[in-house]
Amino acid sequence: MQVTEKWLREWIDVPLSISEIAEALTLAGLEIESVVPAGPCVEGLLVAEILAVKPHGDSDRLSICSVFDGTETHQIVCGASNAAKGLKTAFARIGCVLPGNKEIGATTIRGVESFGMLCSWAEIGLGEESAGIIAFCEQAEVGTEVSSYLDLDDMILDIDITPNRGDCLSVMGVARDLSAITNTPLKSWMVDPVPAEIEATFPITIIDGQACTNYVGRVICNVDLSRATPDWMQEKLRRCGVRCINPIVDVVNYVMIELGQPMHAFDRDLLTTGINVRGSVEGEKIVTLDAQEVALESGSLVIADGNGPIALAGIMGGLDSAVTASTTNIFLESAWFEPIALAVTARHYRLSTDASKRYERGVDPLEQARAIERATRLILDICGGSPGPTKSVVSGKSNHVPRRIEFPPLSVNKLLGTSLDNEIICRTLESLEMVVEQTDSRWTVTPPSYRTDITLGADLVEEVARIVGYNNIPITLPTGQAAPQALSASTLFERQARQVLVGRGFSEVITYSFISNERASQFTPAAEKLVLANPISAEMDTMRPSLLPGLIETAVYNLNRQTNSVQIFEIGLVFDVKSGEVAQHRMLGGLSSGTFSEGWSDTSREFDYYDLKKDIEVLLDTLGEDDPVFAAVELHGLHKYQTANISSGARKLGLVGALDPALLKTVGISKPTFYFELYLDEFHKEAQRLYKPVSKYPAVKRDLNVVIREEIESIELLDVVRSSAGDQLIELELLDVYRGQGIDSGKKSVTLSLIFQSNSRTLTFQEIDDACGMVVTSVEIDLDGALRE
Amino acid sequence: MNTAESIVLEAEKRLENASTVDHIEQVRVDVLGKKGALTELLKGLGKLSAEERPSVGQAINAAKKNLIRLLDEKGEQLAEGSRQKDLINTAIDVTMPGRGRTNGSAHPVSQVQAKIEDLFHHVGFEVARGPEIEDEYHNFEALNIPKHHPARAMHDTFYFKPDLLLRTHTSPVQIRVMKEKTLPIRIIAPGRVYRCDYDQTHSPMFHQVEGLWIDRIATMAELKGMLNSFLLAFFERDDLEIRYRPSYFPFTEPSMEVDIKLPSAHGLSGWLEVLGCGMVHPNVLTNVGLDPEQCSGFAFGMGVERLAMLKYGISDLRHFFENDLRFLSQF
Repeated sequence: MQVTEKWLREWIDVPLSISEIAEALTLAGLEIESVVPAGPCVEGLLVAEILAVKPHGDSDRLSICSVFDGTETHQIVCGASNAAKGLKTAFARIGCVLPGNKEIGATTIRGVESFGMLCSWAEIGLGEESAGIIAFCEQAEVGTEVSSYLDLDDMILDIDITPNRGDCLSVMGVARDLSAITNTPLKSWMVDPVPAEIEATFPITIIDGQACTNYVGRVICNVDLSRATPDWMQEKLRRCGVRCINPIVDVVNYVMIELGQPMHAFDRDLLTTGINVRGSVEGEKIVTLDAQEVALESGSLVIADGNGPIALAGIMGGLDSAVTASTTNIFLESAWFEPIALAVTARHYRLSTDASKRYERGVDPLEQARAIERATRLILDICGGSPGPTKSVVSGKSNHVPRRIEFPPLSVNKLLGTSLDNEIICRTLESLEMVVEQTDSRWTVTPPSYRTDITLGADLVEEVARIVGYNNIPITLPTGQAAPQALSASTLFERQARQVLVGRGFSEVITYSFISNERASQFTPAAEKLVLANPISAEMDTMRPSLLPGLIETAVYNLNRQTNSVQIFEIGLVFDVKSGEVAQHRMLGGLSSGTFSEGWSDTSREFDYYDLKKDIEVLLDTLGEDDPVFAAVELHGLHKYQTANISSGARKLGLVGALDPALLKTVGISKPTFYFELYLDEFHKEAQRLYKPVSKYPAVKRDLNVVIREEIESIELLDVVRSSAGDQLIELELLDVYRGQGIDSGKKSVTLSLIFQSNSRTLTFQEIDDACGMVVTSVEIDLDGALRE
Repeated sequence: MNTAESIVLEAEKRLENASTVDHIEQVRVDVLGKKGALTELLKGLGKLSAEERPSVGQAINAAKKNLIRLLDEKGEQLAEGSRQKDLINTAIDVTMPGRGRTNGSAHPVSQVQAKIEDLFHHVGFEVARGPEIEDEYHNFEALNIPKHHPARAMHDTFYFKPDLLLRTHTSPVQIRVMKEKTLPIRIIAPGRVYRCDYDQTHSPMFHQVEGLWIDRIATMAELKGMLNSFLLAFFERDDLEIRYRPSYFPFTEPSMEVDIKLPSAHGLSGWLEVLGCGMVHPNVLTNVGLDPEQCSGFAFGMGVERLAMLKYGISDLRHFFENDLRFLSQF
């Protein structure tokens, strides 16, 4: 919300500079987002009157004006269509420098001399309006500097009002808070009721008495809408970000900015029967001021006349009953609407206006009468007219029951950690117009009607803290039990995994949790998708069922930017939905792609399955998984013959594999690419490592070369060897696989390294020979293999 | 006749010119060998008188010792020379780059998140997590944000259907933890959050860390103390200016925002908002079954990207999710 310094100072005489005021408000919770000048103060820019206009002989568009600036008359060539005799406008004298560093000099335009310039609002740096030259009010005094006429030596404060402080959505509200903060009284400000001059009234009936408890109305006849809103009011409204429409609407907006009470003016002659404040009936329609036709559902709070809805109560009026240039009689509304009812309606129709914003946050239930008197006075001053009597209708439910809050003053220091004495607490609350009744240690505090946000003791504590100043609250450290505790296993796993992968060359990425439905389907075509009802875009409407799409996109992004190799990983949730139940799993996914080299003497090569498998083996070992089993599997999107599930006992730990070349082609990656994922939820607790004694006796190493059929997986061979070599086998390693010359086709030669060792004695060669003999026999029998000659 | 001294002198001359181990060996044989010059002299001792014998014998022994020393020295000299030659032959350019796979990097957001976790973990906070797809109760209602509260407008919420949404903050974790645990409660809850907002300064997904402390008594002074220490430790500077400002969050009362001012060398001027916090609202305590008369607490929440941007001087939020390796490798 925007207010201006001068308007604020009309309400409070505070001996502070504008930056001090801004700081004081900010530190009391009314955050000032910016303080900017009201406009450029241009020297030599004067209010002047056009005395005569004659056509420019050489142009249809241009005219020659004779302009009086209070001291002399100048000849000006002007292109504005609204240049007319008697118009008071802004005249830039020769030598005057307009915004944008535009210096005015004497010129000749199409053969006619011109001594200065007549300006539009945009040209003098006030607003956007650039069609035509400024038309000041008749009252404007010729010869005054425009900056002084428009009171431009003013600052605009943009205040970020939090949703609880609806009472500060007005100049008066901000001034009221400033008064408490700076301990400066508000200036006395009286609105005298405007007595009725005529009898005219318009019937008001409140039907929904819950949503509207107070409706004040007044008829004003014979208003003259040919009058212009005074320049000072237009300027104030502009500085507060309000567009000027016509004098009646401008006054209504002015009073809203000033007092915080939204109002509405209807063209009385377009209304029939009387006002009904009621819920809408299904099938009713209204065309709102912004020319939108709104089909009403049943139960929305509307203002209706005999013909149906004429306004969405407190949100926006109807176009059909709006005040226009041809209006002569008006009906003014100043009402109180219940915040929730209003918020529901505004949200339902997706309408948000200055009025609805105020009602949703709570308008002072006691302000309606004063606001309508203030508006009446301003309307009469500008447009003339004869007011009827103010008519106030209340529903059965009172719109304001003062809240009496039980408040032990001790609770202030208890919650804040301060040592404020009761007198200061009481004085602070009273400065905010709270009524404090003291009986011993329990007080009763009644907040003013406009502070609808204050309902609890904690709210009062905040008020005290706010005015005392948060920065005056001491800084201490909490005391309490200090029990050391371990990081949870899941946090620990993530950190260990991150460390291992980073050490092995992977970079961590964070991709969006939502992807396009199309990409989600690319990887899990059959699964039910979790789709957002209100996504940012179709590219981000489906919760990712896997980390793979994000990793692929990141890989593509980087490979397209002259990167030779990509090794990336991500940790995060993946989502699926099964028979209506949403599941959220924590997952670690990684991808490697491209060529890599270990340095200058190394020849570079492409990543392969086994590179990534080693990364995972190291990772699993760190996470305490000693015996992960990799088993070939076929999965959608992955290479049919280069993919494995990873498991340990009954637990599925993850998978690793090459991406399906067909899929790679569709995403535009030309190099073999490998992917893994680990299901972090399956890694339950921190690895418990138990020490195994290191044997003092010598270890004996034997290499065996066996030839087996191609289709036998190494895991099968290693199992056979392990189970036949006896207890003294402590290590078994696959050293090499050879195919080719000397080996029959369809077979492969596998070199194994076996290490034997006992914890209790030195093994004999005979024992080891026997063990190796057992191994060879088993390979021959179980696998139809043979020792290589 | 050769004296012991002259023999040594002669040998010394030969050793000076010796350039191989063989040359040295030849000198040793010629002087100390079975038929060597000194050996011959020793053999001749018997022919001398009893008076002469001791002094000549001593001279021969001294010469022998001297010569052995000379031989050893020369031998060592040659060995050293050959060692040096070996070293020279294996010289390398030590300025060539190292070899082997290089390391990657953790994402700046997770680095900053871990740093925040650690600072609070050190003073007894536990790390807690919660689901990212939430219901209205945990994300709003239990946090004192009823259905038509204007504060819901502050949260542009992504919905799947009426009661299923993406959490807009990490605060729902508070609710889950308070319902589960007994006092004192100290948790720190990091994670992804989502808001339906996308421009230069807003990302539809970002990270928050939420902190919660509930005990028999907790005060705003303590909250300030906790956050002051945290901010000084996080930004690793003692000259950080910190200020507290009233603000509004439905789930805390009083509520405040915290601004910092970095030293001008950092390139950012003025007060910068870094986190929101406050004393847990009595309604929230009641909602989770705690008695606001019997306990109190404070909560705070901060944006991880925001802190990362301030810490590393990153100007554009979008860098974080673009995942350009040239960006990521800087951290």
